Amino acid sequence: MVTPTPSAAPTPPAAPTPPASGITPVEEELLRLAGSVPDPELPMVSLAELGVMRGLRLLGPGRVEVELTPTYTGCPALESMATDIERVLHDHGVPEVAVRTVLSPPWTTDAISAEGRRKLAESGIAPPAPRGAAAGGPVPVALAVRCPHCGSTETELLSRFSSTACKALRRCTACGEPFDHFKEL
Amino acid sequence: MTAALALGDDALVLSHRLGEWAGHAPVLEEEVALANIALDLLGQARVLLSLAGDEDELAYLREERAFRNVQLVEQPNGDFAQTIARQLYFSTYQELLYERLARGTGPFAPLAAKAVKEVAYHRDHAEQWTLRLGDGTEESHERMRRGLDALWRFTGELFEPVEGCEVEWHTLHDAWLTRISSVLERATLTVPEGPRRGGWAAGAGRQGLHTEPFGRMLAEMQHLHRSHPGATW
Repeated sequence: MVTPTPSAAPTPPAAPTPPASGITPVEEELLRLAGSVPDPELPMVSLAELGVMRGLRLLGPGRVEVELTPTYTGCPALESMATDIERVLHDHGVPEVAVRTVLSPPWTTDAISAEGRRKLAESGIAPPAPRGAAAGGPVPVALAVRCPHCGSTETELLSRFSSTACKALRRCTACGEPFDHFKEL
Repeated sequence: MTAALALGDDALVLSHRLGEWAGHAPVLEEEVALANIALDLLGQARVLLSLAGDEDELAYLREERAFRNVQLVEQPNGDFAQTIARQLYFSTYQELLYERLARGTGPFAPLAAKAVKEVAYHRDHAEQWTLRLGDGTEESHERMRRGLDALWRFTGELFEPVEGCEVEWHTLHDAWLTRISSVLERATLTVPEGPRRGGWAAGAGRQGLHTEPFGRMLAEMQHLHRSHPGATW
């Protein structure tokens, strides 16, 4: 267990997040900056595209609180996400940045934006299929996962777990290439 | 907070046991799978232990008697089949428990709602292997049977009520038994017989009484932190 930076330690959810409509233009700009940070494991997508940014509040002059949600509870990238966000905001003149982890509502792969999905596929990672609002529990591995290299749907599961918690390993039977599949969650 | 310790210690201890497979798993895919499951459990443990106090102090500086995990999760890995048996028993229980906690309004609801999706995947992994080993060769069937039998007596403790968890434990038990029976039947195995309660050996983990291998596991898990307090990298 890595000793977490104080700002990245998982904390129980406290006060409910204020509605997004209450966000000021400055907060919006800072949220855009924080959200532009690339994911440490999947640097082709930003944190905003991954859908893990939950909010940002200006608490006072030079004091900002950012809310971040993990993809998986044990995602080890969470701490570097928090550090990267702090650095970007420091560089833009915010001296005091607190990054808070929120769990509720749980992140799902449906939070990944269309642009994020496109970038994943472009980098050879098959994006997750939409789960839909009615889905409950995990969706079995989708029957047809498209090969990000040749586009064939003739692909097979090699391993249910892969290089990170969020991916499974598949192989395309048409072109023979193995590829990662971002699992539906 | 007793319940946070009980659930957090379950996740932490099982995470460590699964981590022991690193470098030893029969195939690379399973090495990755067990490490991924361990990582999910570690994440859950961190959130739960943080509800009870300082996560690092709780994980690395408590003595054996202060741990509140069930004895099932501290049992040694055994062969791969025995690890799968432990996974089947525990992940089935954990998924049913988290489903119920997620529906509630207690302090564990946010974590349970998030983690239940991860645990469902762990349970599915254990079921697939139970089917493959049980309905595989004579050797794999026999080993799976032995693993299930060896751990059966530790399963009664899973359903001892934990103070602070608003859960109907007897219906949780019934749902667990139904699901386990169905998987074992499909795997051409039978539900083990024998006592699951009574006797000091099986079922006092929640009171801080642990089996002999747990002390050795803790020694390894805590050694680095105790030797180099405050170490970071």
